[in-house]
Formats: sequence, C-alpha cells, structure tokens
Amino acid sequence: MNKQEFLDQLRNKLNGLPKEDIEERISFYREMIEDHIDDGATEEEAVSSIGSVDEVVKTIMAEIPLSKLVKNKAKTRQKKSMPVWAIVLLVLGFPVWFPILLSLIIVVFSFYITLWSIIIAFYAVDLALAFSAIACVIAAVGGFVTGRLAFGLFAIGSCLVLAGLSILMFFGIWYLVKGVVFITGKMLLGIKSLFIGKES
Amino acid sequence: MDIQLKRGLLDVCVLAAIRNNDSYGYQIIKDMKPYLELSESTLYTILKRLEAAKMLTVKMVEYQGRLRKYYSITEQGIKRIEEFREDWTEIESIYRFITREDGTNE
Repeated sequence: MNKQEFLDQLRNKLNGLPKEDIEERISFYREMIEDHIDDGATEEEAVSSIGSVDEVVKTIMAEIPLSKLVKNKAKTRQKKSMPVWAIVLLVLGFPVWFPILLSLIIVVFSFYITLWSIIIAFYAVDLALAFSAIACVIAAVGGFVTGRLAFGLFAIGSCLVLAGLSILMFFGIWYLVKGVVFITGKMLLGIKSLFIGKES
Repeated sequence: MDIQLKRGLLDVCVLAAIRNNDSYGYQIIKDMKPYLELSESTLYTILKRLEAAKMLTVKMVEYQGRLRKYYSITEQGIKRIEEFREDWTEIESIYRFITREDGTNE
C-alpha cells in the first residue's frame, strides 16, 4: 500500500469524527510517513511501520472519549435533517409510541424496584431472626433464674439455631446483592457497546 | 503495565524528548525507541494532551518543500519534569514498602 492509499483509507474509516480532527490526524500521519522515507525507508516500509489502517483506527477510537463521539453524532444528525414524512409520522404517532416507550421504561424501573424490595425484605427477615435470638437469650436467663432448667436449655438451643440461621442468611443476601450489582454493570456495558457499535 | 501509570510516564518521556531542543513527531519516536516502543497514534494523543495543558507549543516549519510540526517545551513542561523527579523518590519509597520481605501489613 502506498502513502496516498493509506491516508485515503484512514480518512474514510475515521468518518464520524469532527472534520478538523480528521484532517489534523491525516497530516500527522503524512508527516510521519514522509519523515520515515527521508530517513531511508521505502514508501512501502514507511506505511507498514505505522501498522494497518484498522489498527490505527482502533487505537484512535479507544482514545477518543465517548462524549465527543456523541456530540459529533448529534451534530451530523442535525445536518442530515429528517425527511418530512418521518417528522409527520413521529408527530402523528406520538399518542402511540409515547405510552409504549413510557410503559417500557416503567416496566424496567419497576423490575428493578421489585428486585431491591426483595433484598430489603430478606434483610428484614434476617434482622427479625437476630432479634429473636437475643430474645431467646433473655428467656433462657429468665428460665435459669426461676429454676426452670428444661425451659432454659430449650431457650438456649433456640437461640443458637436462630443466630446460626441469621448469620447464614446474612451471607446469602450478601451474595445476592453482589449478583444484582454485577448484572446491573453488565447491562450498562451492553447499552454502551450497542452505542459504540452503531458509531463506527 | 498499569494504564494510568504508563500514561503519566509517557507524558514525561515525550517532554524529556523535546527538553533540550525542539523536535518533530518522527524524531521523538526514534529517540524513544531504545527505551520504549511508542506507536504514532499514541504519540498523537500525548502531544495533543500536552499542548492542551500548555506544556508544549507547536509551530510549523518548512522542510524540503513540505510542512513539519515542531514541538517546543514550555516553562510548565519543564516544571512537569521536575515534579516527576520529586514524585519518583516517593514512588521509590512506596516500592520498597510493597516489596519488603515481611508482609506485616495486616
């Protein structure tokens, strides 16, 4: 591949970035290749030392903040302007698509709220178990003081069972919370990658 | 290497490459080659960042009938290198802490 082919391909693949940005990068790579040639390399060698066009584009894309891509996309979208029929359809269809969109958002939101409500409920049960264990200790002390040995032993046994359950449950819920947070992160990442995929 | 750490290091390396005399992209990469491999795309980003931070200035110079961008270091750029020297002694002491034999940090 010669210099001009490389730069043309690069310019094509960078389409989507701000224009001044593209030109500045192109002139940067042109200077690099020309300096390489002046240093004794052939044009072919100079171009291949930069790497493949796709590699270069990948590095550039990784380094550019998402916000810049979004801003630029919004700008280019405005310039293109929607066809009239699309705008008419969008306005006329408002009573149809708006409730659907809204209910979709609500469904996702309520799903999330439900998930956390369940977790809170689990914690409440756990707390109740812990309190019951404490109550059993008090009952046991009462039993021993008043001389009812059998009742005291029963209360201590109950206390141990309850305490064990509550500790076990605490860790169980902890893993559940971790799982939910993990899934949330995955979902966010999915949304972001969807966006970047559309960008290039 | 850790990305954040490498990023900070590379900035200072590029500044060091233009500290004594103005330089241009190809020369910077060539000067750094014995120490670390730097791709053109990465250099571009670093130069942009340093320019935005006013640690270097850019000027166009004609060379054999074409334009070449020369980068010169500013006062702030020199200050950044000095800061790095100071940071380094701190990093060294942290390194000693990390690699000391008895792991009694718990």
